[in-house]
Amino acid sequence: MIRALVAVTALALLSACTPAPAPSTAPRTELVVFAASSLSDTYTSLGKTFEGSHPGVTVKFSFDGSSTLVDQLKQGAPADVFAAADRPNMTKATTANLMSGTPSLFATNTLTIIVPKGNPAGITGLDSSVDGKKLVICADGVPCGSATTKLAKLLGVTLKPVSQETKVTDVRAKVESGQADAGVVYVTDAKASGSKVDTIAIKNADQVKNEYLLGVVATSKNSRLASQFVALVTGSDGQRTLSGAGFTLP
Amino acid sequence: MIRPALPRWLAVPAGLAAVFLVVPLIAMFGRVDWLHLPSLLASPAAVDALWLSLRTCLASTVLCLVLGLPLALVLARARGRWATAGRVLASLPMVLPPVVAGLALLVALGRRAWLGRHLSAFGIDLAFTTAAVVVAQTFVAMPYLVVSVEGALRSAQEHYEVAAATLGASPTTVLRRVTLPLAAPAIASGTALAFARALGEFGATLTFAGSLQGTTQTLPLEIYLARESDTNTAIALSVVLLIIAAGLIAVTSVFSRVKGTTS
Repeated sequence: MIRALVAVTALALLSACTPAPAPSTAPRTELVVFAASSLSDTYTSLGKTFEGSHPGVTVKFSFDGSSTLVDQLKQGAPADVFAAADRPNMTKATTANLMSGTPSLFATNTLTIIVPKGNPAGITGLDSSVDGKKLVICADGVPCGSATTKLAKLLGVTLKPVSQETKVTDVRAKVESGQADAGVVYVTDAKASGSKVDTIAIKNADQVKNEYLLGVVATSKNSRLASQFVALVTGSDGQRTLSGAGFTLP
Repeated sequence: MIRPALPRWLAVPAGLAAVFLVVPLIAMFGRVDWLHLPSLLASPAAVDALWLSLRTCLASTVLCLVLGLPLALVLARARGRWATAGRVLASLPMVLPPVVAGLALLVALGRRAWLGRHLSAFGIDLAFTTAAVVVAQTFVAMPYLVVSVEGALRSAQEHYEVAAATLGASPTTVLRRVTLPLAAPAIASGTALAFARALGEFGATLTFAGSLQGTTQTLPLEIYLARESDTNTAIALSVVLLIIAAGLIAVTSVFSRVKGTTS
């Protein structure tokens, strides 16, 4: 009984610590990419492209908020590539000596308004038409929120949102479900929401750009593969995929 | 009669479990920036979040008591298949992932939902209001009260109630003078549990009510947001939440000990 219990505990500990053995005999290399949530669609498809041109390589992604990913890298999370959704978060990573070399700018994103299909609240832009309406934006501490604040300042409007979300996807969800009358999101989010929402352009939106940067993580054991992934993203294939999703190219 | 001792080897896994549960909490206390703690906690966003949390949790706990207690009484008496189904349904929100609870509320009470549309016809619009926070908290917390009170009532002996009724007491008098006083420890601990659950509510609030300072941004939501930009504030607020929760659990265990000695 005791022995069985010890064996089970040991097994549980072991299986939690060691990776499962690969099914095939050929050694597979794993490339771990930490990328901002807003890149999940484009990077997943670029990962497939990369695996296609690099037999024996598996690309694994961890998509999360840029600041969460920086925190995880600081704690020693094993990653080969890091892609941030804004410059301040990439700067946090470079000043902590987490990156090797200078990260490269590979895309920018601008803001737009989305409204429920048919625009029931009659929103015309980031102007007086949102006054008294249920407007949802990102909170000031997160990249899309900082961009929203900057743009509102530029336009000289004071926003009175009913909710300030931590994730841009939560803004999307609230507009898609019709809870909110309008939401300020990235152009790429508006595109991803597709026919569930109508998009209303914001005047001078191109003046506030969110910059996406990526680079090789300093502790990467596959730094050559990692640079090749960076090259794919910044190369013509990557740029085509990104612009197809609504990103602006640098 | 002396109970036989537990096998000695049990101490090893039990010790491991204790270490596993306690280490992260101690680590958090170690990371607190004690020097700046007062100023971190005095920020307007933190103060607003703390007051909002306490206000909404009080409101939802009262709702849990007013509505959950009668439900527990009815379920404890009910017999048969429907009663079993009722018990399962009443405890379901307890095991739902909070974000699912939030989605369920959205589908039922959202502006586009059938019930939500009828409510807005009466001029009630829950979307992005403090009331929506209370609704979300009550939905996830009430089962804790119902389950703990119902369990206590079912295992309670009925002869006091029978005696009171034989002596001519009306059903309301029996309830007020016999049933409820006997269940008081369970009601108190169930209330504390419901309050604690409401205090920790995050997913359903975020999904259903949104997040705005002073209106819907409760303590857990503020912690989640602060984590994005300022880990020190997030940890300071987490410690406050931890201390309140620990106090509530202490109250709960005191009451359950009282119950243990009387029954």
